[in-house]
Amino acid sequence: MERQRTTPFWRDERFLQLLAQIAFLALVAAMLYYLYRNMVSSLERQGVITSFRFLSQTASFDIGEHLISFTRNDTNARAFAVGLLNTLLASFLGIVFATLLGILIGVARLSSNLLVNKLAAFYIEVFRNIPLLVFLIFWYGGVFIKLPRVKDAIILPGPTFISNRGVAIPWGMPTESSNLYWGILGVGLIVAVIVAWRLAWQGRRTGRTPLVGLWATLAFLVVAVLGWVVLPLAPFSLDIPSVKGLNTVGGLRMTPEFAALVSGLALYTAAFIAEVVRAGIQAVSKGQVEAAKALGLNGFQLLRLVVFPQAMRVIVPPLTSQYLNLTKNSSLAAAIGYPDLYSVSGTIYNQTGRAVEAAILIMGVYLLISLVTSLVMNWYNKKVRLVER
Amino acid sequence: MSRKLLSIFAFLAAFTLLMVACTGTKTIETVEVVKTIEVEKTVIVTVEVPAAAGTPVPVAPSGFGETLKTVQARGTLICGVNSQVPGFGFLDQQGNFSGLDVDFCRAIAAAIFGDPAKVEYRPVTAQERFTALQTGEIDVLIRNTTWTSSRDTELATNFVATTFYDGQGMMVRKDSGITDLEGLAGGTICVLKGTTTEQNLADQMAAHSVTYTPLVFENPDEVAGAYDEGRCDGYTADKSQLVARQTTVATPADHIILDVTMSKEPLGPVVRHGDDQWFDIVQWTVFATFTGEEMGITSANIDDIKGSTQDPNIMKFLGLEGDMGLKLGLGNDWAYNIIKLVGNYAEIYDRNLGPDTPFNLPRGPNASYLDGGLLYAPPIR
Repeated sequence: MERQRTTPFWRDERFLQLLAQIAFLALVAAMLYYLYRNMVSSLERQGVITSFRFLSQTASFDIGEHLISFTRNDTNARAFAVGLLNTLLASFLGIVFATLLGILIGVARLSSNLLVNKLAAFYIEVFRNIPLLVFLIFWYGGVFIKLPRVKDAIILPGPTFISNRGVAIPWGMPTESSNLYWGILGVGLIVAVIVAWRLAWQGRRTGRTPLVGLWATLAFLVVAVLGWVVLPLAPFSLDIPSVKGLNTVGGLRMTPEFAALVSGLALYTAAFIAEVVRAGIQAVSKGQVEAAKALGLNGFQLLRLVVFPQAMRVIVPPLTSQYLNLTKNSSLAAAIGYPDLYSVSGTIYNQTGRAVEAAILIMGVYLLISLVTSLVMNWYNKKVRLVER
Repeated sequence: MSRKLLSIFAFLAAFTLLMVACTGTKTIETVEVVKTIEVEKTVIVTVEVPAAAGTPVPVAPSGFGETLKTVQARGTLICGVNSQVPGFGFLDQQGNFSGLDVDFCRAIAAAIFGDPAKVEYRPVTAQERFTALQTGEIDVLIRNTTWTSSRDTELATNFVATTFYDGQGMMVRKDSGITDLEGLAGGTICVLKGTTTEQNLADQMAAHSVTYTPLVFENPDEVAGAYDEGRCDGYTADKSQLVARQTTVATPADHIILDVTMSKEPLGPVVRHGDDQWFDIVQWTVFATFTGEEMGITSANIDDIKGSTQDPNIMKFLGLEGDMGLKLGLGNDWAYNIIKLVGNYAEIYDRNLGPDTPFNLPRGPNASYLDGGLLYAPPIR
């Protein structure tokens, strides 16, 4: 301590470290600025001036699938938003399905049943070794688009129409009382949270934790059903699809492009998630399992109470990477005709000639999506990690 | 701790060295560029003064003559083409490019080098084509590209001439009973991404108040494939492409091209802004093929005509009189080479789209003005 105090600041290790970091940061910034200047000046030499004004111009093209209303008279910025929402929807559903399937296969991979075990291993090896683009093109061009034409659509009870125009299922159309019903569902959510909190508190007090999730869900469902019965007019009327003219009308229609993208991404990423899950479960020491068995826990309890809580710590960080990969891989949608962010931006930049600006926007938005995903997963990781006392 | 510090410093030093090295080479390069510009200017003066024999030397704008110089130094022309549209730009199974657009690449190479084979074909997608031209990756873009005002101005590119007058059409299945755009209401239409076609479709459907769903692919083969599988009710593209595509669907007889023209689509070569000499070379190469047809000069009879002609216009055209070629920065036999080695417009058209091809596309507006078409070349004199 004495010596450190007498050291001059230019020999102080902490100062030097700070200096090195600042110098490095400055170098990186200088390099980025140099690259940016280089780009702008070379574009200016060609008479192209960087500007984002094209975003407020009329798009003058149509987009096949849009979650918010969109016509050719809307702006390029809105077209961009349409693409972004499509990407978010496909990625979100892809992540949900990939996680469910991945956990299932990961657990199956560790099954003592030889057939289940080998089937899971086969699945993982097949999907991990096919390039995603190849798989998507096969999946779309070889499966979804080969479904029968609308006129010869496969009709399942419901009625559900399956054709190469997509899958149409009956779907609820909001009526006048639907807004009120959303409010009731909100109340149901609050009730569920209160129930969960109360049960958890009781669990801490008595040392016997009840099935919190189950009871909370049940509370929510009770409110939801009661609300439906109490309202004089049902909040949703059933809209049944039918074949009319060139396509099916009514109900909820999922296009083959969307279906191929979401299922393709989910199937592919599930193989990686399965390996992550397997690694996580195998990381739980054998003694824990033996101890749980000695306590008389059955197979399901063993997984839920002992193995999974500990495995999560190992699983979550690589799982985050898989989620990010899936989101970024969704840009392959352009190859199978789904209007995601990248595909729509491609059209915008071709119509306006603003390649650099569009590329900056695309990269920025994907970065933002990835950062938000990471943030959420890191928060979750903090929650499940080992709490040391 | 000090070891860590040392490694950070070592990394920093390496990084700085790299940076210096990079900037170092960059500065050297910039100096070189400046130098070459100086040299270029002098070269232009020394070449043009004796060649133009006393004519006043125009003040060369920046970039003037640079493209030709680059092409000549390289020894090949890099031509941005399509590789998937039979009749215009198509890469066959033997690895050869053919088509109307490809023949114009060959014509430019013939004018510059006297050898139509000195072309490097660079297949570009509809989406990347203008970027490829802007960045200098290709010298000229001849890829069934529609001449529009926004492309001519905003993209810093220049369209030089129209080599094919086209119009957007719509292909449907015969058994669908669709006869006009209104018949497609509620249907799905396959279209290529990043094209004027995509915009025109939206405009025309809005004008006819028809609701439809576009299905957009990046690759023409995917568009045609999805249509052929029945994923779409209609397939819209320029009529020339539809005609070519109809020959490749599973049963061509089941499909029909509707009698509607949704747009004007003048297709032609595109060059960058800033090099007027290069613009002239490409433009007059196109006009030379028109002129050849107007004068009745073909690759078969050109040598006879050259030996016997007394017509001053033909003599100027073939470089026997005047110095048209030198004014372009080329040899005086530039037009002779184009006609002799590639052919006049009629020959190029017949070779790629005429009666002996599977397309058998009538010339319509693409006939010479002498036959009631739109092709008209300014005089070469």
